[in-house]
Amino acid sequence: MESQVSATDTVPTKLVLEHVSKWFRTSSLHVQALDDVTLRIAEGEFVCLVGPSGCGKSTLLNLIAGLDRADRGTVQADGQTISGPGPHRLMMFQEAALFPWLTVLGNVLFGLKLVKGLSASERREKAEYFLELVGLKRFMHSNVHELSGGMRQRVALARSLAPNPSVLLMDEPFGALDALTREQLYGDIQRIWSQHRKTIVFVTHNVREAVCLGDRVILFSPNPGRIREEFSIPLPRPRDINSVDLARYSTEITRVLKGYVQNEVAG
Amino acid sequence: MIARWAIASLFFACLIGLWQLAVNAQIWSPLLLPSPSSVFIYLWSALEDGTLWEATLVTVQRLLIGYGLGILIGLPLGLLTASFRWSQDTIGVLALGLQTLPSVCWVPLALLWFGQTESAMLFVVVMGTLWSLIIATDTGVRTIPPIYSRAARSMGSSGFHTWTHVILPAALPFLLSGMKQGWAFAWRSLMAAEIYVTILTGFGLGHLLHYGRELSAMDQVIGVMLVIVMIGLAVDKTLFAPVERFLHRRWGTARG
Repeated sequence: MESQVSATDTVPTKLVLEHVSKWFRTSSLHVQALDDVTLRIAEGEFVCLVGPSGCGKSTLLNLIAGLDRADRGTVQADGQTISGPGPHRLMMFQEAALFPWLTVLGNVLFGLKLVKGLSASERREKAEYFLELVGLKRFMHSNVHELSGGMRQRVALARSLAPNPSVLLMDEPFGALDALTREQLYGDIQRIWSQHRKTIVFVTHNVREAVCLGDRVILFSPNPGRIREEFSIPLPRPRDINSVDLARYSTEITRVLKGYVQNEVAG
Repeated sequence: MIARWAIASLFFACLIGLWQLAVNAQIWSPLLLPSPSSVFIYLWSALEDGTLWEATLVTVQRLLIGYGLGILIGLPLGLLTASFRWSQDTIGVLALGLQTLPSVCWVPLALLWFGQTESAMLFVVVMGTLWSLIIATDTGVRTIPPIYSRAARSMGSSGFHTWTHVILPAALPFLLSGMKQGWAFAWRSLMAAEIYVTILTGFGLGHLLHYGRELSAMDQVIGVMLVIVMIGLAVDKTLFAPVERFLHRRWGTARG
């Protein structure tokens, strides 16, 4: 259970979390969101964090993004302690969080304008390239409200990829989409990941989704959020969410997950 | 588009027609209800001798300076009240209270403080604009979904950049409605001030209206009222409407 070996030992470690704990205090509540979480993620690895809501997986993502600080323990990227947000670790949210006052192109340019040392034409070129990559270049002058939910998430993906982050943090990015759109995006994200080799930390409560995307699936249990188990998924890529092999893994993981949730209810 | 124009023109033609009919019926004395043509003749002569033009200029100038000052002061204060609890509890409460005060009520105070001067006029306009703008800005900033600034922070935006590139544009629909309301209040308060107070440095539309009453010149009273309405309409159509159209298009909100 405490096996914290990364998928391949020859690849350098990208993210290291050691004994991380995090509490949330409000006037009436005192909740421990994370309890002694230790996790190593290799460069270029696709890691999925799975667990019921309230298990601290989004909190963990916020810590890696630098949007929040750990109360105990250390969070490091490339051997450096994370002290704040930065363009090397970009976050994608469940809602696309696109800015309605900007066009599609303007949204993708937003992050690029915060990267130093790019000329206007370079930024424009990059923005168009990534919009092309997600298949939405011809919508670059559209307004955000004119796009469907799936298209918005694609734009959000392009916006996150454009500043060339080495780590992509995805917080249930497909949670609000319909099944068909989601399946298309599983294909897209795998294709983009294999082309660009980002380190991806992907939070979801959908086990099948996690098995479809991840090199590793890490199981969390709630109250307080703890890592319970992890599974390597050595299936070949690209993976089809409907394949039988994939279903075997997800059945197994779901069974284990149910055990934790039931214990939680019983205890 | 042509149909809309036609309907609007027809509507106003009918209004003027009804007016003329009421005059023809001779129910009221022509001193109380002048004919449309006599009002038109007044406006024409006032334009020719320059009084109307001058008065409009004086009034619009006061309005623009006062309104501009109100925005310049109100916008940062609104951002402040939205950002810190202490400023919300102090400036925020003050703004909320003073916003309920009809802006005409500032006129006596302005007169005692500044005398019959240009400053008194400006003061009244600023007070009319300021408070509603603070409240609109405050509401606008508070209504922004927090995910916008989180997304921006994740991309490396912080501090001043977040304010100018995320918070302010996100609050734009609220800012605009606040600015419209501020404009309406500024306009009302200035007219009240001009009707009440004669000052030597400038003879505005309100004064023209006031002297119309003194001279029992109903054609002048109605004529000046028409001009005031026209200016209000023109400002709405040329200043606010284009911005509103842009916002509706961008945000995808319902079109009026």
